Amino acid sequence: MNRAGQRIALALNALLLAGLTGVAAASSPLTGAPPAPPSGVSAEDKPWDGGGTVLLRWEASSTEEIKGYEVFAHQEVSGSVAAAEAEQSAKDEAEAQTEAILEGEGVAPEDAEQQAGERAARDVAPVTDVPKWNSLGVVPPDQLEFIASGLDKSTPYRFMVRAIGSDGEASADSNVTPALVPYAQWFDGAKLPLFCILFVICGAVFLYVMLARSGMPMKIRTIAGLKAVDEAVGRATEMGRSILYINGIQDMDDLQTVAGVTVLGHVAKTAAEYDAKIEVPTSRSLVMTAAREAVQSSYYTAGRPDAYNPDLIYYVTDEQFGFVAYVSGMMTREKPAACFYMGAFFAESLILAETGNSVGAIQIAGTAQPSQLPFFVAACDYTLIGEEFFAASAYLSGQPDQLGSLKGQDVGKIIVGVFIIIGVGLATVQAATAGMPSMESLHEGATSAVDFLVNTILGS
Amino acid sequence: MQVLTRSIPLLITGLAGLVMILSAFFPYTSEWGKVAGQFFNILAAFAFVLGGGNLLKIHLKKVSDQSKGWGYSGVILVCFIATLVVGLGKLGVYPNHDYPNIRFSGETQSSGAFWWAYEYVFKPLTATMFSMLAFYVASAAFRAFRAKNFEAILLLGTAFIILLGRTFAGVLVTGWIDPQGPFGGLRLEELSVYVMQVFNTAGNRAIMIGISLGIASTSLKILLGIDRSFLGSGD
Repeated sequence: MNRAGQRIALALNALLLAGLTGVAAASSPLTGAPPAPPSGVSAEDKPWDGGGTVLLRWEASSTEEIKGYEVFAHQEVSGSVAAAEAEQSAKDEAEAQTEAILEGEGVAPEDAEQQAGERAARDVAPVTDVPKWNSLGVVPPDQLEFIASGLDKSTPYRFMVRAIGSDGEASADSNVTPALVPYAQWFDGAKLPLFCILFVICGAVFLYVMLARSGMPMKIRTIAGLKAVDEAVGRATEMGRSILYINGIQDMDDLQTVAGVTVLGHVAKTAAEYDAKIEVPTSRSLVMTAAREAVQSSYYTAGRPDAYNPDLIYYVTDEQFGFVAYVSGMMTREKPAACFYMGAFFAESLILAETGNSVGAIQIAGTAQPSQLPFFVAACDYTLIGEEFFAASAYLSGQPDQLGSLKGQDVGKIIVGVFIIIGVGLATVQAATAGMPSMESLHEGATSAVDFLVNTILGS
Repeated sequence: MQVLTRSIPLLITGLAGLVMILSAFFPYTSEWGKVAGQFFNILAAFAFVLGGGNLLKIHLKKVSDQSKGWGYSGVILVCFIATLVVGLGKLGVYPNHDYPNIRFSGETQSSGAFWWAYEYVFKPLTATMFSMLAFYVASAAFRAFRAKNFEAILLLGTAFIILLGRTFAGVLVTGWIDPQGPFGGLRLEELSVYVMQVFNTAGNRAIMIGISLGIASTSLKILLGIDRSFLGSGD
């Protein structure tokens, strides 16, 4: 919509508003006259950010009673870019219309595409040189600054502000700011708290790994699910049935899958020692490759390289329910004695675990998907909950430097605990002192501190 | 060989991880993180061929040996090859309206045998598997909600409140309590919301904090090469 169109729309809105609220035209001496525009609009790139954010400031409109200010931005793109955008827009529109015609009108696909192309070509707006002002939002009349975010980091922008009168009519345009590129600085300052927390936690992990290597004794509590690995493998050996190991349905870029492969190595070593058959169907081919490496290495470590069979670690399908159908069918037919579910699982978790339960298998699960944990807890014999799953590798290996990393993790828990106590205390003070004139300064201090914790620390 | 199987993978892992960390904090390196992600996508694309080859090998062997359940392998092979042929051959796909004379210019997402198989064979089968979840939920709940001990009784009571509070029956049972009165919070629908917002959220957040710390610690162990078990050299 061009500017004339916008003004007509705003005027119509104003008329409608006046009609609905019953405000008499004579009640305001300024009725009918648009408010004065704000002046001195300035734009400045936000310092220490990741780019795409501009700070805008302006001086108030001389008209006293206004509803607020509307901020506009104009992205300066070259003619060729604008033409390309228009062409892409027409193409997208044609595709959307094709879908709509196919679904709604039941015509043949080729006719639908032709019709949609014709409609899109007819409807697309011609490329003009008139600046396209996009509204970024409306702010209250007492607010004289605005943070424009989500802008493109590489193209220049111009900004202007309009005052909106009490009757809804917009003022004339303010001054237009010079073109400004919202570029990125070398460090994103908004992420400084996260960087500091990460530095402290990683530093603690590193420190305890070094201490463990130097001989400091490390103790870890018993994790029932991991203690039961030997029991599960032993049971499978006694029953002469196989062990089924499912590594989740995500790829190797998910840390849960990596942790699952790590646990697989230890389970496979135990299976090799007990001479039990372990079968690993995977939902991703990269996971299959990694799992083969881990299992082969375990068989070598156990002194049974001859017993390693790569055909027992195989790819099924990437499709979630296709994989579930295969594994459930296999469980029902082959009745494994022990089932391990270690990795990232979604809706398939309960289907797998319940099928395993129905065939009488001993089941051990581990995942960091909080939504799937209740299903595993309900259907499995043992469940590694969240961090226990990531601690499994250190627990099973018993290596001092790996156990040291768990100690470092505990430092992180202490930091989080301290922050929680401080935050809860401040929020309580803030709530308790609200509306108490004698405690106004304490209330303001607590409010600022809570804002800092919520928006700056947690927001990073 | 140790260099190829251990040192180089560890170096690649460390470098890729470092790039991903840097790209999160230093805007000028954000593109590097995207490139690292693209490398993974390229690897994963090649892995599709690896996966397809493995699928053929395993199931052809089962059919050839006529081992137990070889009929299922036969079904897999037939479906795999049929889908591959209709997908790569773009059978029945209408050409793109910009290039009507080029047969392979059309897309398989909206027409053709591949689209038909996806829409009318694959999707219903997927929906069937998903819908079975309802029965599994019922059987798992039946087992989990047995009042064996104090904790199980607590779980049963909470589940009772949540399940009933989200049905019309729940609203009806405690409908006589004045919602504005001092006991309005005891209405089942209110209790259900309270349990979910307070107890459930608190427990969930505790688990999430543990998971986050576990992820940070595990990532560091992998990046520094302390934990190499995913490469098959843990012990």
